[in-house]
Parts: sequence; structure tokens; C-alpha cells
Amino acid sequence: MSVVTEGLTRVLAHPRRGSIPVPLVGGWVPARGVVVVGGVGLATLVLGVIALGLGDLPLSPSEVVHALFATDGSFSSTVVRDWRLPRVLGALVFGAGLAVSGAVFQSLTRNPLGSPDVIGFSTGAYTGALVALTVVGAGAVSASVGALVGGLLTALVVYVLAYRRGMQGFRLIIVGIAVTAMLHAVNLFLLLRAQEEVAMAAAIWGAGSISLLSWPVLVTAAVGLLLCLPGLLLVPGLRQLELGDDAAAAHGVPVERTRIGLVLFAVALVAIVTASAGPIAFVALAAPQVARRLAGSAGIPLVSSAAVGAFLLLGADLIAQHALPVDVPVGIVTVVLGGAYLLSLLIQEARRR
Amino acid sequence: MVAQPVGDQVAAPRLRARDVTLRYDQRVVSSGLSVDIPDREFTVIIGPNACGKSTLLRSLSRLLRPASGRVTLDGRPLADFRPKEFARQVGLLPQSSIAPDGITVVDLVSRGRFPYQKLIRQWTDVDEEAVRTAMAATNVAELATREVAELSGGQRQRVWAAMAIAQRTPVLLLDEPTTFLDLTHQIEMLDLFARLHRDGTTIVAVLHDLNQAARYASHLIVMKAGAVVASGQPAQVLTVDLVREVFELNCLVIDDPASGTPMVVPTDGRWR
Repeated sequence: MSVVTEGLTRVLAHPRRGSIPVPLVGGWVPARGVVVVGGVGLATLVLGVIALGLGDLPLSPSEVVHALFATDGSFSSTVVRDWRLPRVLGALVFGAGLAVSGAVFQSLTRNPLGSPDVIGFSTGAYTGALVALTVVGAGAVSASVGALVGGLLTALVVYVLAYRRGMQGFRLIIVGIAVTAMLHAVNLFLLLRAQEEVAMAAAIWGAGSISLLSWPVLVTAAVGLLLCLPGLLLVPGLRQLELGDDAAAAHGVPVERTRIGLVLFAVALVAIVTASAGPIAFVALAAPQVARRLAGSAGIPLVSSAAVGAFLLLGADLIAQHALPVDVPVGIVTVVLGGAYLLSLLIQEARRR
Repeated sequence: MVAQPVGDQVAAPRLRARDVTLRYDQRVVSSGLSVDIPDREFTVIIGPNACGKSTLLRSLSRLLRPASGRVTLDGRPLADFRPKEFARQVGLLPQSSIAPDGITVVDLVSRGRFPYQKLIRQWTDVDEEAVRTAMAATNVAELATREVAELSGGQRQRVWAAMAIAQRTPVLLLDEPTTFLDLTHQIEMLDLFARLHRDGTTIVAVLHDLNQAARYASHLIVMKAGAVVASGQPAQVLTVDLVREVFELNCLVIDDPASGTPMVVPTDGRWR
């Protein structure tokens, strides 16, 4: 309590109005960022309750809340808790994970295009899944493991190829795009050669879906994501790296070590999500940029990105599930939304010139 | 702590390089280079392009690890310092830095306090005070809430200087701090560093303008082809012979009518 009042006094008494001290980072964040996180969080919560109520058994928000906490073992609580909740939670957790991964990559490469799906990770994961399905046979587990290995290997290859006396953001993107193009060809080749049922399974996995997400898969993924949390300790170093490598080093950041740690952190996040849900495009690309515009912050805000990512993926999944005549994988919706977003971004930039 | 003079014996300088080889990948810039940075002096390193001035500065600031030999602070090799520990002793204004999109002046200057921040620690009044005085010293206090991207080149360089000053290090290294500035802003920056020097900071700057170097330096280091050719007070070091040897240029060296320091007037070349 005293911490809260002390913090409040500091904010109010402080000449730097509109900022709030953050103990962990030891710096100041704009109050606007906090408002964004709160606002987007609230909107996501509302969207979540709506999502839990939609389906063949429509429920009102109050019925949803009742079903969530009911202990009577009613049918509606089974529907909400066992069937719909994993999907909604999955959308939130995966959306946040992808967005944070994208935010870290975009900060590191100092480029809004530097997201894991552009620099080859998702395509590599798909290759891995295809190989696993072909070699080991159809199954969710083999696809997940294959995706994990494929994605990590691709990240490693891209990193090594882009490495020249330290990592350069632009090289990473160019190399990533080249590797992605080659892997697309490999994927197509594998799909054409595969047996029919393997190709079917691969195509379903490759669209990126959370419609069949079960509690065990979600819990496994969530535990994996929690294990990544120590990576957040590197975020103050990331903020320094935004100033350029020399300035960061002059401020006492071990530059290469921090950067490799951050790449591992970001790759691990996207790897876990992709292994669980398949490649879901554009959340990692769009969420950090949306968050930055909303928060009006310096650099790319991680926490706001996570909130926006959760909101975006949940919203996209709602559209995928309910707004279209047929139930489609959420990955298709995010591709369409993200494509539109990317176009508007490019047009905006072009107009500004 | 800092070694103190014992009797009439002068203590060894804090920052020195001994017999170092500096190289990028396979390209050797300097070998067998030894340099002392005298404490509390305004040292200026001059020399022709690609003579290794900036490379020397990078090695003194721990950005470049010598392939052999030792760069030491208080007798300890720089690599033995923890990064933040070193960053509390030696600051650097790099040649080029990047201002993140949308960053404000005060936020940027505040980032100079990174070496003092622990994982779980509030922004302290000391940090606040350091940022405020740095902004006042560089005359950017009234720009505090402006975005760095909106500023002019001269203002921006002052903001970067403020960030380095907020770091409050006893030693401050400056890599061509006046390049890309007009004459007014060059003088303004150099005066700023002269004030820091007067207040007790050890300054090491790489400069291109010989006459400015002579005016501001209390100690001059002249380099050519990766080696130190001469060092000492500008009045002793900067001679006609030295300029001919190092810059391959004939010149007159006269007294600067304003400051009395040596002034180099080239006599080679064609004019009008």
C-alpha cells in the first residue's frame, strides 16, 4: 500500500508529469502506455466473455460468468470451461506470446518488418512439421516437435548467415526473406510428394488453428511460455540497444550476450506458440506496431504489445469461428487482417513521403 | 580507489594502453601501441583519416578488445570489469547513435543512468538530479519534453552529450563530437567539454580540426598509421615539422591571435 501511495505522490509531485516510475526497469513509462494496457486489457476481457458465450449453446455474459465459477457440473459449465475456455485462453496467451516475440525482434532489428514470420521462422516450422509428418507419420505431437525443431534450425541458420562482426538488423531481414523463399519451395515440394492423408494433416496444421486446442496442450504451452519469462530480465538491455550498439556498450550492456539472449527468448516464444497452434501469421508483425502507435512511446512497448496481441488474436479467432459462414482456421483470418494492415501501413508511409 | 601521488612521485595515470594490437578481423590497425591518458587533462587525439584514432578510442572505451597487450584502468585490464562497473568510470559519446522513434529528450538523457540501475530499484533522486544537471549544462532543459527527431542537428548533438554527461563518469571519451556541426555549434560543444574538464573530468576527444585541438587540448596525442608520433602540450607538439611528417602538408605555425595557442596555416595547395 505504501508503495502505491509513494508512487502516486512521486507521480503527482514530479515535474515529468504523465510518467510513472517502474521499479523493475528503474525508469519511467508514459502514463499513456499504462492507460493503453488497461484499456486494451479491459476490451480483451469483454471480448473473452463474449467469445465464451458464443456457439451452438448461446450464453449471456452473466451466464458465462456463472458457468465459469459454477460447481454444479451443469452442461453449460462443461461447455464453457472444458470446450470454449481453452480456445479463448489459448488465443490470449498465444497472441501475447507472438506479439512480445515480434516486439523484441522489431526492436532488435530496428525495423517494423523484423518479425519472426517475415524472417523465416514460421516457414521453417512448417518445413519441420512437414518432414516430421512425412517421416514419422501423421499426428499432432510429431507435427509440434517437427515444427519446434524446424523453426529453431531456421532461426539458427538465418542468424549465422546474417552474422558479420555482430548482428545487423537489416541483414537479418534480407537473409530471412531469402531463406523463407527457399523454404516455401521445399514445403511445396514436400506437400506434392506426400501421401494424401499426410498432405491433409499438414495443410490443416499449416493454416494455424486453435479450434481444437485442449487443456493439456494449452497447459504445456503455458508452462513453456512461463519458463521463458526470465528473458524479460534482458529488456532493460534491449532499451539500451535501441540507442545503437556503441551507446549500449558505453552504458554497460554486454551487447552480443544480451542480443543472443533476446533472440533466444523471442525465438522460444514463437516456437512454443507455433508448435501448439501452427503458424499464425501477422500477429507478431502487427501487434507491436499497433501498440506503439496507441502508446505513443519511445521504441516498441512490450507490455502494450502483449495486450494488443492477445486482443488481436482473440478478435481474429472470433471472426474465424463465428463471423464467417464456415468455421475457418484463425491463421487465415490473421493473414487477411494482417495483409490489409500491412497495405495500409505501406500506403501511409508512402503518403508521408 | 584512485592511486594518489606518493611524495613527489607522480602516480600512474588511471587509463593506459600497453603494447596493444588492435584489429578488426584480420585487418591490423595498430600494433605495439602504448598510450597514457593523463588524469584530469583534456586530451585530444589528432591524425590523418584512418590513422587509428577512433580505433584507439574504441579500445579505451572497452568496445574493442585488444588482440594482444593490455588496456587498463587503475591497473586492471578492462575486460576484468563488469560492464556496468566500467560504465560508471568511463563514458563515451559515440560517433553515431540512434534515437528510437518517438523518444523525448528527457527520456533519452535518462538512459545515460543505466549503469547505476539495478534489477529492482526505483529511479532515485540522484538519477533525477544527474539528468537535470546534464540537461542544464548542455542547455537542453527547455527541450525536455520535445521529441529528439524534431530537433536540429546542433540540438540533437547536445542531447547526446547530455546523455553521456548524465552518466557522471570521471573519464569521458568523445569520438569526433563536432563532426557535422556548424562552427557555432562546434565551439559550443567544445566549450561544454572544457567546462567539464575544468570541473575535474578527464576528457579524451578525437578531433579533426588542428587549431581547435590546439585551443582546447591540455594534452595532445598525434597519431599516424596506427602509431603515436608525438604527445604533450600543444605548444610543444604542434610544429611545422610534425605537420609535414604526419599530414604530409607544408604549413606555417603561428600564434593564434585570439588564444595564443599554436595555429596551423597550410602553405601547400592552390588558392584563388
